[in-house]
Amino acid sequence: MTQIDYLDQTGGALAESVPSEPVVPVVRRRRSLSVGLSYTWLALVVVLAALVPLLPVSDFDIAAGPPRTSPAFGELDLLLGTDNFGRSILSRVLYGGRVSLVVGLIAGMAAFVIGTFLGLLAGYFGRWVDAVITYVTDALLAFPPLILLLSISAVTKPSLFTLTVGLTILVIPSFVRLSRANTIAWRSREFVRAARNMGATSPRIIRREILPNVLPTVASYLPLVIASLIVAEGSLSFLGLGIPAPTPSWGGMISDGKDSLNDAAYLVLVPSVVVFLTVFALNQIGDSLRARFDRTAGD
Amino acid sequence: MAGSGVAHLRGDQALLSVEDLVVEYRTSAGVVQAVSEVSFDVLPGETLGIVGESGCGKSTTGRAVLRLDTVTSGSIRFRGRAIEELGEREMRALRREMQMIFQDPVGSLNPRRPVRELVVEGLDIAGAPKREQEAAADRVLAAVGLADERFRDLLPRRLSGGQAQRVAIARALAVEPQLLICDEPVSALDVSVQAQILNLVEDLKRDLGLTVVFIAHDLSVVRTVSDRVLVMYLGKLCEFGEPEAVYASPAHPYTRALLDSVPQPDAVDGFSGPALEGDLPSPLSPPTGCRFRTRCPRADELCASEEPRVAEVRPGQFAACHHPLPVPEVPAASGDAADPVPAGSTA
Repeated sequence: MTQIDYLDQTGGALAESVPSEPVVPVVRRRRSLSVGLSYTWLALVVVLAALVPLLPVSDFDIAAGPPRTSPAFGELDLLLGTDNFGRSILSRVLYGGRVSLVVGLIAGMAAFVIGTFLGLLAGYFGRWVDAVITYVTDALLAFPPLILLLSISAVTKPSLFTLTVGLTILVIPSFVRLSRANTIAWRSREFVRAARNMGATSPRIIRREILPNVLPTVASYLPLVIASLIVAEGSLSFLGLGIPAPTPSWGGMISDGKDSLNDAAYLVLVPSVVVFLTVFALNQIGDSLRARFDRTAGD
Repeated sequence: MAGSGVAHLRGDQALLSVEDLVVEYRTSAGVVQAVSEVSFDVLPGETLGIVGESGCGKSTTGRAVLRLDTVTSGSIRFRGRAIEELGEREMRALRREMQMIFQDPVGSLNPRRPVRELVVEGLDIAGAPKREQEAAADRVLAAVGLADERFRDLLPRRLSGGQAQRVAIARALAVEPQLLICDEPVSALDVSVQAQILNLVEDLKRDLGLTVVFIAHDLSVVRTVSDRVLVMYLGKLCEFGEPEAVYASPAHPYTRALLDSVPQPDAVDGFSGPALEGDLPSPLSPPTGCRFRTRCPRADELCASEEPRVAEVRPGQFAACHHPLPVPEVPAASGDAADPVPAGSTA
């Protein structure tokens, strides 16, 4: 088969070397600066939080210097200043990041897995399965989130585990709805009918035909949910219902510093800026992933 | 006209035999009578064309035969087995002997799976070993003219409509079916590609000894490919016979009207007959008696009160009509007075 290659400027030499492969210039994807910075920031926070025990900073629960030292260059422990007890804020921000990130990540992932699964079931099988799942989901969505978390904290002893479970329950409904809506859209496509006509069972159709199409859309929503979970964890800790002291978390640090806002604003400012940047970065990444993978109307 | 009956069935040697098929959907507005007491059969190696305008139930008929739509009542026999009585497990096995090609070629392929996986889906479901699957992929892709290596890793969105339809045909062939149901396989394609796909189906049918049910609204396409043609209107059967006879001298007023609605290059106003008046009645509450009577120029009281049964109007040609058009005893030779269908025209 001879093909005329209109892009070939070499007088046919190129076409002879690779006869069946038309030469198409690679389309360069435009990279956004803010998304690049977001990935960098997130990587920095994750790596530093993971490696903080190995870093030359003091522990989060011992005094590293005089109380309420302002941020200053010099000693690493005092880079971001010290809190009311003289503990290094840098150390506490990094250790606190572990709590916030782990809670956000685990709760987000757990809700992603459970919610996607329930949404697939509801969207694929319809009828009473859909009715039950939608009913429970709507009930959860109608419940004020803070009240739900407060009641969980009141009933159980606040710990990393109960906090994560509470936050997971909180965000499952959004994944269920997203997954269900996408499943309904894909379920009625002809390739699903074709698969059934090949003798495929429902579990196989869900796993092989529908899930691969639903997953990118739902997964690109995950960073946005993790961002909102970090904020939610911050709010809970701010209310004193998060991780018990002395373990730091970003929300708890803001709470601790709020009484000194007049004379030592950096106590609130440092964790707030870190929360802001992390959440902003996650949102940026989520948006860019969604633009790339969420092509519900396209192909 | 548009009625029911089984006078045109040809008995036991048929590969597929459908009797009094009824498909109804429950909607909030009422019960949609998509297919009402339609009967037909297909002999081994034959191509049956089903024509009719949009919404006449021809696609539903095709899907009901494969039990992809719920059959309300009626009997469907494939190789003598009543498929409406089969359990889900037996049906899954039997489905591989009856494959379907869909109207939207790109939509019938999973957008996230490459061609080489798509074409052996049926074998994979059946649990065939990988080596056998690869051999089958080579065989069927060569059979549909996509032997080139580069197609194997492409995703459906990088295929043209014609290529995608070839992949869909390859996928159906991979399970070595006996019956191929083509649901408007070319209506989404360019005219030049239509011809390629039609020729491909013809060749494959001859080489592999397939039996084909070809559903289309394009009269000329159906005429080209079919050994027998079935005309449907609003879920009912109108006319059945050999395409030459039916197209040359239709006995049913609806068939006549369909043929007349095809634009003619040499006719005075472009059409060889008057256009049908009015719209297709709602399948939620179809007309009493003959369903075509509201638009039929020959309708009278009898048509409103009594539903016509299928009757033989001349050897091999059947119509369900109280007042069939006169037809000559011997089928007219082609090129006769009424040879109204130029290539590439649609109803």
